[in-house]
Amino acid sequence: MIQGSRTWVFPGKPVIEAAGVVGGPFEAKGYLARDFDQLFDDIWLGESSFENAQKKLMEEASWTAMAKATKNPEDIQFVLAGDLINQMTATNFACRSLGIPYLGLFGACSTSMEGLALSALLIEHQEADYVLTGSASHNAAVEKQFRYPTEYGAQKPPTAQWTATAAGAAVIGRGENGPAVSAATIGKVIDRGLTDPYNMGAAMAPAAADTIEAHFTDLNRDPSYYDYIITGDLGRIGLPIMKELLRQRGINVTDEQCLDCGVMLYKEEQNVQAGASGSGCSASVVYGTILNRMKRGEITRVLVVATGALLSPLSSRQNESIPCIAHAAAIEQKGGKLP
Amino acid sequence: MLLMSDKTNYKQNQAYQTFAKQSEPSIPVLFNCIKAFLIGGLLCTFGQGIRSLFIHFFDFNEQTASDPTIAVLILLSVLLTGFGVYDKIAQFAGAGTAVPVTGFANSMASAAIEYRTEGLVLGVGSNMFKLAGSVIVFGTVAAFLIALIKTIWMQVTGGSL
Repeated sequence: MIQGSRTWVFPGKPVIEAAGVVGGPFEAKGYLARDFDQLFDDIWLGESSFENAQKKLMEEASWTAMAKATKNPEDIQFVLAGDLINQMTATNFACRSLGIPYLGLFGACSTSMEGLALSALLIEHQEADYVLTGSASHNAAVEKQFRYPTEYGAQKPPTAQWTATAAGAAVIGRGENGPAVSAATIGKVIDRGLTDPYNMGAAMAPAAADTIEAHFTDLNRDPSYYDYIITGDLGRIGLPIMKELLRQRGINVTDEQCLDCGVMLYKEEQNVQAGASGSGCSASVVYGTILNRMKRGEITRVLVVATGALLSPLSSRQNESIPCIAHAAAIEQKGGKLP
Repeated sequence: MLLMSDKTNYKQNQAYQTFAKQSEPSIPVLFNCIKAFLIGGLLCTFGQGIRSLFIHFFDFNEQTASDPTIAVLILLSVLLTGFGVYDKIAQFAGAGTAVPVTGFANSMASAAIEYRTEGLVLGVGSNMFKLAGSVIVFGTVAAFLIALIKTIWMQVTGGSL
């Protein structure tokens, strides 16, 4: 049910039945290693290319999510997923082996919440019983496309971010209790004219602020409704900018309330400059750490705002500015704490 | 009407860009220059050491020792790139490891490694010069222009300075 200009409210509260989260060796050294179901110690994941390694990340996350939900591919009607690689081959190939009807989504790093919002919509309106959604990114595969070769010795500026080698997938259904999607706000493409592809945080912050503002306006809520407002991958540069933008618009978020998946994933000594990025970043942190904390009863309500930069290496070289988008999903505990 | 809103948008964007710029941590240019100077200098001293080795222990003279010296530096750079160490040193050293011949070798080796999975011809062969290509093109253009200036100078002055 639409409320306000662009927010869907789900009275049925579609539940995230189970989630699977996998990561690479670099993520194993990060802060959130404990929340991953599986951590690979080889960046190739035993595959012949990094693109195939990303496909495997997506497959493993999906199989894990389905196993935890005790579901087979036949029980699931649709997959809503996507990634950052050209023509989304990694996700396409993963869905070839899953054999579930598939809708590919491109929202850059906002794909995780775009997928969750649409999955909840399908479940809410009885268009499916179970939907699988998620996203993956692989450092070497994605940076190969968007950056210099990974082994090239270019000095990265302090605003640069590190693409996470990670995937998160979740099975959405109509369960009685668990973390549930209560509302979702769809983002607009926002472009404030920033052009530096090594400073995505500052480019994406206005998109996040715009979606959050729309969410609170549409639902007539204020930030105190949520325990946390979790952005996707604004990083150490973008997060403070977003908070400032919100405060300028009279949305008084507290510093403790605002978390960013890109800031949470790695430790300071891992030298990732401004933090993590990539579509697998928010997918793995939200479906891993955040859901785990909700299951433990530490969190009851969060607003997840996944941010995406909709540029290509080509558009960037043609001096186009960076259009950005952010999609938000409100996740709340349904039916009390899980046993 | 459209123009008006475009103008306000433009102004808002300008204001945001200024604000975003202020939020960026400043790049420590002076410190980076010092690091580049020291590491680049060390690298060249190391190269000089290799050159002296070739002159003193092998059958090379001042003129011929440069080629094997460069070959050794390139080999070491390619090995360090392959082992995934060069980019980590470069994050610290900046121009110190980018400007010497080792940086050129790294740019080619890293591209070759990156595209190995697309095959030897369409992968390695066609992508190896992805970064090094511009260095060669603009290096040649610059050399041509300098040679042209020199030739004209020689003609005008008759070879004297």
